[in-house]
Order: sequence, then C-alpha cells, then structure tokens
Amino acid sequence: MPALPLDEAGKYVAGAYVVFVALLLIYVAIMSARLARIDRELGELAELAERKSDG
Amino acid sequence: MSFRAPRILPVLTVATLTAGFALVFFWTPNEADQGFIQKIFYLHVPLASCALIGFIVAAVQAILHLRTGLPKWDVRAYVSIHISVIFGVAALLTGAIWAKASWGKWWVWDEPTLVSFLIVFLLYCTYYPLRYAIEDRERQARYASVFAIMAGAFVPLNFIAVRLAETLVHPRVFATSEGGLPAKMMFTFLVCFAGMALLWETLVRFELAAKSSRARIGRLRRALEGDDVATASSRIAPLPREASG
Repeated sequence: MPALPLDEAGKYVAGAYVVFVALLLIYVAIMSARLARIDRELGELAELAERKSDG
Repeated sequence: MSFRAPRILPVLTVATLTAGFALVFFWTPNEADQGFIQKIFYLHVPLASCALIGFIVAAVQAILHLRTGLPKWDVRAYVSIHISVIFGVAALLTGAIWAKASWGKWWVWDEPTLVSFLIVFLLYCTYYPLRYAIEDRERQARYASVFAIMAGAFVPLNFIAVRLAETLVHPRVFATSEGGLPAKMMFTFLVCFAGMALLWETLVRFELAAKSSRARIGRLRRALEGDDVATASSRIAPLPREASG
C-alpha cells in the first residue's frame, strides 16, 4: 500500500500514542486508588493501636 | 527488608521517554515506504519487546523461586507477568492501529508474527485463573512458578518459529538481508526502547512496593487484633519479614 498522506496518517499515529498514554493514566488511577486504601487501613490501625494503648 | 517505591527511576523514565518521543517527532526522518505512520514503530516495538522480555524475566524469577523457596521470587515473577501483560495489551492495540493504517485491516489472521504474539499473550492471561484456582498459598506459588517457567521457555521458541516462517507480511527491520534501520532511526528506537524498559521496571517496583505495604499492614493488623482475625491483605502469597528483601 502507498504511504498515507500526513493528515490521515497523523490520526492513526496520534491514536496509537493516545492509547499508550490512556493506559498509563488508567494504571496511575488504579495505583492511586490502592494507595488511598492503604492510607485508610493505616488510619484504622493507628486508631486501633491508640485504643489498645488507652485501654 | 521490604520492597520500596523507587525515587530516581520514575524521573529517569519520564526523561528518557520524553527524549525518545521528541526524537521520534522532531529529529527522525519519515520512512520512505510507510511515511508518517512508521512513527508508531517507536512505540509498538518497544512495548512488544519489553512484554516478551518481561515474560522471560518472570521465568528466571520463577526458577529462583523453585530453587530457593523464597516467596519474594514468586511475588516478583507474578508482578513481572502482570506488568508484561499490560504491556502486551498496549502492544496489541498500537499494532492494530498501525495495521489498520498500513494494511487497511485491524487484524490479519494469516500473519505469523501477530498470531504468535496473541497466542503468547493469551497463554499468560491464563496465569491468573490458574493461580487463583489454587487456595493453598504454597502450592499456588509453586504451580505458578512452574507455569511461568514453561510459558517463559515458549517465548523464545515462538520467536524463532516466527523468524523461520516464510509467509510474512509484518515488516522485518532487524537483522534482515536488506540491512535494517538507518542510524538515526536506530538511535531513536534504542532511546525509546530504553525508556520503555525503564517504565517496565518502574511499574514493577511500584507494584512490589504496593504489595509489600499491603502485606505489612496485614501483619500489623494481625499483631494488633490477634491471629484469629482473617485479613485479606493480598490475594497472593504474603511476604514473610525475613524473606521479602
């Protein structure tokens, strides 16, 4: 097949790089959700440790 | 010792990938046959290569797990496969976009390179159901390691088989009789590949750090609440304190 003109090829190239960035962003979002969960659990444990030391 | 989140590695990854993509669009010339669409090559090939190398790395880690019995190697193999599968998804998607632009079709079933990569990818997708079908943690880790070694051995065999295949539509750019990539394209490719390899390693280390934190929280919870309290800190084998370094 002959090479696509720049305006048409550009859409595909942009699409490929956008897919890559989108996957990265999804991964970062998942990681941030996990980090928030870890943070919440640490808070619970800190509370538990405080209760134990008080009583 | 536990897995820690990397500090310098993410910065190095972002710098290398940014430099690589800048070279792709502002320095490297368009390829004579494919034109601008060839720019996908600098994204797609490093993604696919890192995924396949990652599967082999997982196989080596699985061998270390079976040899030493240390759970940290099982966790590392699991994470390596996990990140490589994500890279595999990205490689399949970017490859499909390139195929649509170049061949007019999203997928070609009689092309050995595409089909063999899909087979390897689907093989590794079965790693998860296999792993979680086994409840006993020790057996789970052992069987998962055996799977990782067998599948890891399949990766280079598959690569050689594809190279030996005669009917190829998929471009061959390395080690061909036509000479391979010009110097500028090769340099840009190597920078992009280095960036992608660094990204793989960064994501692996973040995953390991997250799993390690979850395991430590689980241990802490057990210590505070007592051993009778069940914690689902991790679906994979926990990292014992003495073995997780």
